[in-house]
Amino acid sequence: MRQQARKPFDKSKIPQDLCPIATELSELKTGDWRAERPVVDRDKCVKCATCWLYCPTQCVEEKPTWFEAGLEICKGCGVCAQECPHQAIAMVEEVEE
Amino acid sequence: MGKILVCDGNEAAAWGVARSKPDMVAVFPITPQSSLAEYISQFVADGVIKADLMDVEGEHSVLSVLQGACLAGARTYTASCGQGLAFMFEPYFRSAPLRLPLVMSIVTRDGITPQSVWGGQQDAMTVRETGWIHMYCETCQEILDTVIMAYRIAENRDVMLPVNVNHDGNYLSYGVEKVELPEEEEVDAFMGEKNTNWHVALDPDRPMGVDPLTGGAGGVGPSLFVSYRKGHCKGMQNALRVITEVHEEWGERFGRYYAPLVEEYRLDDADYAIVTIGSMSGAGKDAVDAAREEGEKVGLIKIKTFRPFPLQALRDALAKVKAVGVVDRSVSFAWNSGPVYQELLSALYFLDNRIPAVSFIGGLAGADITIDHFKRVIDTTARTLQGEVPSECIWLNEND
Repeated sequence: MRQQARKPFDKSKIPQDLCPIATELSELKTGDWRAERPVVDRDKCVKCATCWLYCPTQCVEEKPTWFEAGLEICKGCGVCAQECPHQAIAMVEEVEE
Repeated sequence: MGKILVCDGNEAAAWGVARSKPDMVAVFPITPQSSLAEYISQFVADGVIKADLMDVEGEHSVLSVLQGACLAGARTYTASCGQGLAFMFEPYFRSAPLRLPLVMSIVTRDGITPQSVWGGQQDAMTVRETGWIHMYCETCQEILDTVIMAYRIAENRDVMLPVNVNHDGNYLSYGVEKVELPEEEEVDAFMGEKNTNWHVALDPDRPMGVDPLTGGAGGVGPSLFVSYRKGHCKGMQNALRVITEVHEEWGERFGRYYAPLVEEYRLDDADYAIVTIGSMSGAGKDAVDAAREEGEKVGLIKIKTFRPFPLQALRDALAKVKAVGVVDRSVSFAWNSGPVYQELLSALYFLDNRIPAVSFIGGLAGADITIDHFKRVIDTTARTLQGEVPSECIWLNEND
């Protein structure tokens, strides 16, 4: 496609009710709406990485002797707890502090 | 004075595209639009249209690609109909609320099933509630001229909406007429400086979220949603004015004046009128002329713009007559009549006096609506003045 000459964008000329285009972006992390959090029992965890493999958001992080979900991203789906072959992960309800 | 062509409606549309100078076109062939897709491809190959042609695998992709191009600031064109339009529906529905000034021809075709590749307006009428502007053409010349005008309407800052320029499959798509091709420089002057999609223009320097989640209970979502819907409705209403202004300017520059919204034909001293849409209007006018010679005081109202609905213009026309007969080329299954008839009834509500209105459906699946059919329409409508009002819709080609 030919290059279009582009004028500097002036948003003051755009009606607010025109269409859903967001130019002021705000952060919304998947961890913000979690109802339950995965809690790892470090004694049971054998570092088999099954949770790391299954996590849909790929938020599981490797620690020295265990694996753990990154809570900024973890949305609490519970797949890791379901798949853990050693039942090392419990889903614990999030409560407002 | 431009060059004189002898061409069919699909070629006329392609010439309209050529003069409009789009940046990107994408088409997927479907009867009776196929030759239009072929003309567009040939024109791009020959350099008559200096645009990128995107060959994609289906109509859903056609419109998705053009949405992206339009969001990036390109002027775009496509054409489809029937099953192609059905397959296109998901991006089609999204185009208007995104306020993308796309232009697309619908070469109207009847709905499947029964299997039919012939003309009828069921496809375009089925998508009448999607927020696109819909204009119906009567002649090949009007197709060429309206395609060009459509860009001025779509890209107007008070409108910013996609436009369908509809022409009847078979009767206009393959009907050959004398067509004047306006000079390139004159169209350039009419079009002015290209400035499409000034509100978006995807730009790496200006990150944006196109169509973020808007709604849900609580928060500002629902009220934002309402403001976009209201803004869209306002754009549609503004379009009534802009369509009128653009048609007037076209007439002044090129000498061809079209009724922008509703055409009144021999209506001023008429007792009653018939209402038409699209290519059938020519036969309708001939039938009105013939009836006039026999002393019948009948006129004709032609709908050119169906979306936005031309309430005021139609109301003014209907106020001049005492009865009306409406000929549809598609079916409103909900109302056992035609969609144009059904919407005309809404306009009648705004008149001081209630007048009889009869629904006729003709020209389905490629059938011809002849002068004889229109004679029946005129006779039936005339008899309503004596109190003989049919209780149900009349199917014109039922006994052909």
